[in-house]
Amino acid sequence: MRHVFQLRIGPVGFRVGADWREPIETLAALYDDYPKPHDGIPDFSVRLFAARRWRRWVRPSITIGGDYVLPDAAPLPLPLGLLAAEMGMNLQMALGQRRYLLLHAATVARDGRALLMTGVSGAGKSTLAALLMARGWRLMGDEFALLDPATGLVHGFPRLVSLKNQAIGVVEQALPAGRFGPLQPDTPKGDIRHLKPDAASVAAMDVPAQPAAILFPSFGHAPDVRPVPPAETFVRLTQASTNYVGLGERGFDALTHLVATVPAQAIDYPDTQTAVEMVERLWEQAA
Amino acid sequence: MSGALLVRALRDPTTTRELDAAGWTGLIAAARAEQILGTLAHRLHGLPMPATVERILADARATAEQGRTLALWEAEMAAQALLPLGIPVVLLKGTAYVAAGLSAGQGRSIGDLDILVPRDRLDAVEAALLAAGWEWVKPDAYDDAYYRRWMHELPPLIHRERDRMIDVHHTILPLTARPSPNADALLADSVPLANGLCVLSAEDMVCHAVAHLFADGDLAGGLRNLWDIHCLLDAFEAPEALARLRARASLHQIATHLERALRLGQALYGEGARLSATDRLYVRRLLARDGWGRPTARATRTAFYLRSHLLRMPPGMLARHLWTKWRKGHRVTP
Repeated sequence: MRHVFQLRIGPVGFRVGADWREPIETLAALYDDYPKPHDGIPDFSVRLFAARRWRRWVRPSITIGGDYVLPDAAPLPLPLGLLAAEMGMNLQMALGQRRYLLLHAATVARDGRALLMTGVSGAGKSTLAALLMARGWRLMGDEFALLDPATGLVHGFPRLVSLKNQAIGVVEQALPAGRFGPLQPDTPKGDIRHLKPDAASVAAMDVPAQPAAILFPSFGHAPDVRPVPPAETFVRLTQASTNYVGLGERGFDALTHLVATVPAQAIDYPDTQTAVEMVERLWEQAA
Repeated sequence: MSGALLVRALRDPTTTRELDAAGWTGLIAAARAEQILGTLAHRLHGLPMPATVERILADARATAEQGRTLALWEAEMAAQALLPLGIPVVLLKGTAYVAAGLSAGQGRSIGDLDILVPRDRLDAVEAALLAAGWEWVKPDAYDDAYYRRWMHELPPLIHRERDRMIDVHHTILPLTARPSPNADALLADSVPLANGLCVLSAEDMVCHAVAHLFADGDLAGGLRNLWDIHCLLDAFEAPEALARLRARASLHQIATHLERALRLGQALYGEGARLSATDRLYVRRLLARDGWGRPTARATRTAFYLRSHLLRMPPGMLARHLWTKWRKGHRVTP
């Protein structure tokens, strides 16, 4: 591939190659202080390429490929190159990761203890994680929590935080000094803007944390908190994992241990400010 | 060329000592693209290598082990559905290799479940599978009719809960292909396993792998299929065993394909072999991967793609088939 950038996010090394300069330059600028893959050998490769040679120049269109691919994934226009790179890395994790149990969850940590927030797309995980980071929490990731079956610890995977639509303005206000990627309008998921995790979160990416609480946030309701019993948490988390089946017995053991030792609660919230306050109050009660 | 790198690492794992970071990266990418990383991981196990590679290969071994469990479970489910019919049900390909504990199954990735049953019992088999939760995948009437009339298997079925595909074969090559393997002999000489299912005899396993690779298809996944053959051939070192295998290949009308498989297996994974000009084209096709796992040698690939269609059916029939597919808006180019 013509243009290449290698980086490591938490324990996972990536090699991203592209037919065009722009996506790689944007990626390299936002991930400038991230380390390179261990031993110089990436765990996964991502390829951003033109399906037909002439589509490199005429209405350039990015096909997302790599070690693991979904057939029939729709290509993206060149201005959405950063989004394509991020989607490519997500795809490798979702389809190829077998070391860690992947939970579709935003994770923040305080004092070495991790808070996992999981829920359907649009529940506000990324926004909550970014706002908590603005209040001094360590951001471990907004998309995947990496649960190590061998230790029960959660590993950080602090990629760029993907903010969508109204969340963009909310987080820009909360983090006026934050480093944001280009605004990418009219994506399949609406407007998207990426936020770089703060320096402290990047610096701590190699330090795993003990999971201490699981939250299932749900946006658009009057404030409410309900405990979620372990059996229900287990089922919800199997649905929030892309590789639970692929890990077999290791995945089952890791997840049963997690739900047996970590309390889970569902929280309803009407707006993000309320949610942040609810989360911090619950965290203090638990501590 | 990472295809060559991959073949060299499989043939002689100690050669990986010389690899730098870029070499390892290319090797792993090519092995993933050829779906043979699990096999490579078993071959290289215990050798010195960078810690990152060790981790990646350990994951690949765990993945293959989990795949083995799932494949055997799927075979068990098929057995439960089909045993009441009282007919021979023969496991094929990857599932057969792991069920029979063969070296070809070590680390092998296994996709669909492939079975062979007597042709005159296809209707009963299909009914039993449908009753046990499998469903048709192809809703298209032309495809469905084409499979039933001309193919060596039923239209693929998928299990509605486990999401796993089953291919029910009644022979090992399409009925339109020039060789017609002897399906009765395949069934008659199959070997029973403890769970009531069977596998092909050692000779027929090689014949099936050879037919699949060289007489059907465009050599996609060829490095893995040739590795299968190379491992299965371990049982045929003695001259009389090899003579038996050759006689069996003649019975199935794939004698020349077997000879090519022997030469290419030796050339790529063994001690080397004298290759014809045509053989070299096959080698070129098999090794066509770059350091990103991307296919290379476009012209060669296209040629083998066209060859695969000419192998599968006579030209007049092919033209009619492609015309029908094209009119329906199906993709007919690689």
